[in-house]
Amino acid sequence: MSEAHSNEMVSAAAIKARAAAWLERRDRADWSEADQAVLDAWLAESMAHMTAYWRLDAAWARTERLAALRSPSGEVMSSRGRLSIPPLVIGIAAALAILVVLGAGTLLLLRPEERTYATAVGGHESVAFEDGSKIELNTDTILRARMTTRERIVWLDKGEAYFQVRHDPSHPFVVMVGDRRITDLGTQFVIHRGVRKLEVAVLEGRVWLDAPDRQSSAQNSFLTTGEVATVSAEKISVTKKNVHDIANGLAWRHGVLVFKHKPLAEVAQEFNRYNTRKIVITDDAIGNLKIYGTFRTEDVDLFARVIQVAYRLNVETGENRIVISR
Amino acid sequence: MSDVPDTTREKADLRRPGSTMTAAQVRDWFVREVLPLEPALMQFLRHNWRNSSDAEDMLQDVYVHVCEAAFRELPHSSRAFVFTTARNLLIDRARTARVIPIEIADDLGAFEIAAEEPGAERSITAREELRLVWDALDRLSPRCREVVVLRRIEGISRRQIATRLGISEATVAEHLAKGMSRLADILYGEHSGRNP
Repeated sequence: MSEAHSNEMVSAAAIKARAAAWLERRDRADWSEADQAVLDAWLAESMAHMTAYWRLDAAWARTERLAALRSPSGEVMSSRGRLSIPPLVIGIAAALAILVVLGAGTLLLLRPEERTYATAVGGHESVAFEDGSKIELNTDTILRARMTTRERIVWLDKGEAYFQVRHDPSHPFVVMVGDRRITDLGTQFVIHRGVRKLEVAVLEGRVWLDAPDRQSSAQNSFLTTGEVATVSAEKISVTKKNVHDIANGLAWRHGVLVFKHKPLAEVAQEFNRYNTRKIVITDDAIGNLKIYGTFRTEDVDLFARVIQVAYRLNVETGENRIVISR
Repeated sequence: MSDVPDTTREKADLRRPGSTMTAAQVRDWFVREVLPLEPALMQFLRHNWRNSSDAEDMLQDVYVHVCEAAFRELPHSSRAFVFTTARNLLIDRARTARVIPIEIADDLGAFEIAAEEPGAERSITAREELRLVWDALDRLSPRCREVVVLRRIEGISRRQIATRLGISEATVAEHLAKGMSRLADILYGEHSGRNP
């Protein structure tokens, strides 16, 4: 067939790009009969055009099913205006992540040179300091900072924060979490304080973790790139993690949560940190179900619909809670 | 081009000279029977041709040939027909490139398996299909994914998407076209399994 060869000089990739441009136009509301005629002529030009277009059209038609995830009320997913998700790893190229989870209830003793920063549930704040350092507060977080020419100390009283530290060996940057002390030995890090435990994850660089008021050296540890320390009252356990996984854990900096085969129970716990409407899982067995997906932190409704439609679980949506059962 | 039909206005009724099938019939057959073979077909082409960067062009060649033939008559066994066509094209290419097609002849055993093994045709439930599409979304770049989600899940217009994301409508269109192209590659071309 002559047609089969007439396009031999045009690469499949180029035809695919043109077919995609056509399909994109076809998807618009103002698509007219005249447009259709021009498209038909392009398709009739060669079988390669036709098969490329059919292929893309068929795949795009399959995504129509996604409409099943649309919110029933018709309201948009988020009231927030824009969302930008820069590549996670690039943004934290030289970062050092520290996640802190510890018992709540810390006495706030404010001194004159101290400043307190706080976020509500679902909040996210960024604070820039004169020394060039930056702290980002995640949801439901309280921290105090004393940044003077002599010392740089931050107390993380609750929640999670990402630290981007301008390193200065003569003025070490210190973060206190309860009786634990994290000293920056590199450039950047992030800290999260939760309920029962403290987690310290290092993206890049080094930190020194200790408990200055305790005598035990078992409470001391150097942490380097990719290391995650889980700190309980008795001990510190350190595991090596993929830097990408740590970066995914920091997706909250861009307003999103990234789950790669994470158990449903942990996913629910994560969402609950960001939303006042809490997810409740009634059945322990389904808590192990692995979830894959990227969600905005406030997108608990979209998450509920995915669970309902794609994972076939019962979801009861109430005013204050979302109950998931088998 | 000499053989462009003049009945192009109505795509569904478009008939090509000397053909018995309409474009709509061939398209439905192609989508139903041929596209699900794409992962196996790509594997077959990559395995039998040294330069794997040619694979996409060769895939296009296979599609063009099987659809040309389908306009005359739909084959009885689509899978066998598609793989026979692919093998013949490989041999043709090998000749043109002055490569002795010895590897291809050696690989006939593997070809038989590829041509006869069922599997990709397994029907899947609506729920499984939604999972596949949902998982495919996650493999798009973040901004591309966001645009496709707003278009497909929220069903809002390009103008609204542009306003929401603070980008131009032209950029929205670019992301959509890119997303359409990538989604086809993921849904048809790549193996659906994400984990080893």
